[in-house]
Amino acid sequence: MSTTQTREKVSFTPKPAHNRAQRRTPSEWVLLAVAVIAGIAIFAPFGLIILNAFKSTQDYSSNGPLSWPTSFSVDAFVNYLGRVNFGQAFWNSVIISLLVAAIAVVLSLMSAYPLGVGRVKANGIVLAVLLVATMLPHEALIYPLFYGAQATGTFNTVWSVIIVFSVLQAAYGTYLLASVMGAIPKELIEAAQLDGASRWQILWKVLVPILRPSLAVLVVFFFIWTWNEFYIPVVLLADQSSQTIPIALATLRGQHNIDITVLNAGSLLSLLPTLVFFLLFQRTLVRGVAAGAVK
Amino acid sequence: MSNGLAPRLRRPSGYWLYLIPIFIGFLAVVGIPFGTNVYFSLFRWKGGAAPMRWNGLDNYVTLFADVEFWTSLRNSIFMVIAIVVIPTIIGLLLAALLTETIGRRFGPRIASFLRATYYLPQILPIAVAGFMWSWILDPSNGAINTFLQSVGAKGPDWLGNPDLAIYAVMLMLIWLQIGYPLVIFMAALSRVDPELYEAAALDGAGKWRQFRAISVPTIRPEIFIVVLTATVAALKVFAPILILTGGGPEGSTVVPSYYAYRNFFELSQVGYGSAISTVMALVIFAIAALMLWWQRRQEAQ
Repeated sequence: MSTTQTREKVSFTPKPAHNRAQRRTPSEWVLLAVAVIAGIAIFAPFGLIILNAFKSTQDYSSNGPLSWPTSFSVDAFVNYLGRVNFGQAFWNSVIISLLVAAIAVVLSLMSAYPLGVGRVKANGIVLAVLLVATMLPHEALIYPLFYGAQATGTFNTVWSVIIVFSVLQAAYGTYLLASVMGAIPKELIEAAQLDGASRWQILWKVLVPILRPSLAVLVVFFFIWTWNEFYIPVVLLADQSSQTIPIALATLRGQHNIDITVLNAGSLLSLLPTLVFFLLFQRTLVRGVAAGAVK
Repeated sequence: MSNGLAPRLRRPSGYWLYLIPIFIGFLAVVGIPFGTNVYFSLFRWKGGAAPMRWNGLDNYVTLFADVEFWTSLRNSIFMVIAIVVIPTIIGLLLAALLTETIGRRFGPRIASFLRATYYLPQILPIAVAGFMWSWILDPSNGAINTFLQSVGAKGPDWLGNPDLAIYAVMLMLIWLQIGYPLVIFMAALSRVDPELYEAAALDGAGKWRQFRAISVPTIRPEIFIVVLTATVAALKVFAPILILTGGGPEGSTVVPSYYAYRNFFELSQVGYGSAISTVMALVIFAIAALMLWWQRRQEAQ
């Protein structure tokens, strides 16, 4: 973690002081304006959601989506919470995302071990097969999964989704961790072997501490990805009692007699948890995307 | 004690044990379901308890002549433009702008703040993003048309016009996608030694020249990864179509994954849906394999 962090810092460190002290040219100000306008454009939909979630229905229908609220109203939130069992959906989302993040990381760790450190034969084949898992369209799995969930009694329970995503996320995680483990000096592992450590002990006591930054990145990613998933949960979690937050919002949208302000309030509530998570782990995430790419 | 244990530990075979969990998981969640999907594609079947009638390769033959399927493949090209081509280009330019000009001349804080803003849509649940945009694009009280009205213009029915809907969807996808290449490219650009730019500037190279001659070549590996992963994602696009347009109007925005979904869950043609998704998987593998092969060859040269 520390090395990446320093690298990042170095990149942003303003070059020799004189450079910054120099007068900024007009063209540089224009470039800054371009970047800021792009930022505003990307943020605008979020701003609109916030603006309209706090309007009353009458205010919205008479003044439209672009006006400032005439008065601050939380009616839309109350209305949304009355229609959706938000507590239940929130709990389902939390349980699913947390368990998937935990299981998938342990699974990735275990399967990356023989590939990255053990260099087992058929290394390439195993990695290729896992790559296939990450590329397959979910459509090509969904109908059999739907049947499998019904046959095992996990349909309409959080467990079907937990099992499916633990494996799918672990396929990606294995890929990433195997390459990180491959870069760990062999001597370290040999030294631990000479000290009498078993394979299992080496994995947990030697490798896990070294890999902690990569593992943190994976946990954050797996959590957000699973939280936001749509296709497989919408099929496997048909019942309201097992729905996740995004699915609850999507099913509510299908109802005709619903106010835009209520949907705005629901959207705001649905994106808030990932937003908080994102703000807390922004650096980890950004580093993670980069690590995933460099591999 | 160490002497007794070490040789046993070095036996490579023992490592295989650690692959057992992922092996079982892969079989249960990917291997067997995909095999079953291929098997289903050989039948005519309404799903559920309905009888399965052997159909051989007929589903595939039908698919080959199915106009709607070819439309969906053509729309995949639009998805590639919206998810791969445009965001990669804009991402490259913005990443260079943020690292080279804004980070260095206006301070790293503004650069990381803007980076986070551009990345924001990436962490959004797609159900929320879809709702946002179907409302923003709404013909009567959507944000865009309300704005156009206020300046005296009449906005079109973005998602209801068959000639326009696919571009409206593309607009949302570009918005959604931009943060991904941007963040990767910014991290990659931190590898460039600032002195290279200084030397180039002394030699009289302008910003654009520096970008072409230094920035882009340095981050080639990342550009490849972004293009590969985004292409796979573009061929798989589903939720934005389901939420924004439902494939309409008049089938103008249908994509393969949505077409498969419709056959599975709306038209009760499970065999046909399985054939579509099998072909889709094969197309994705073929394109990804081709790109990886091309990349290897480039590297070898």
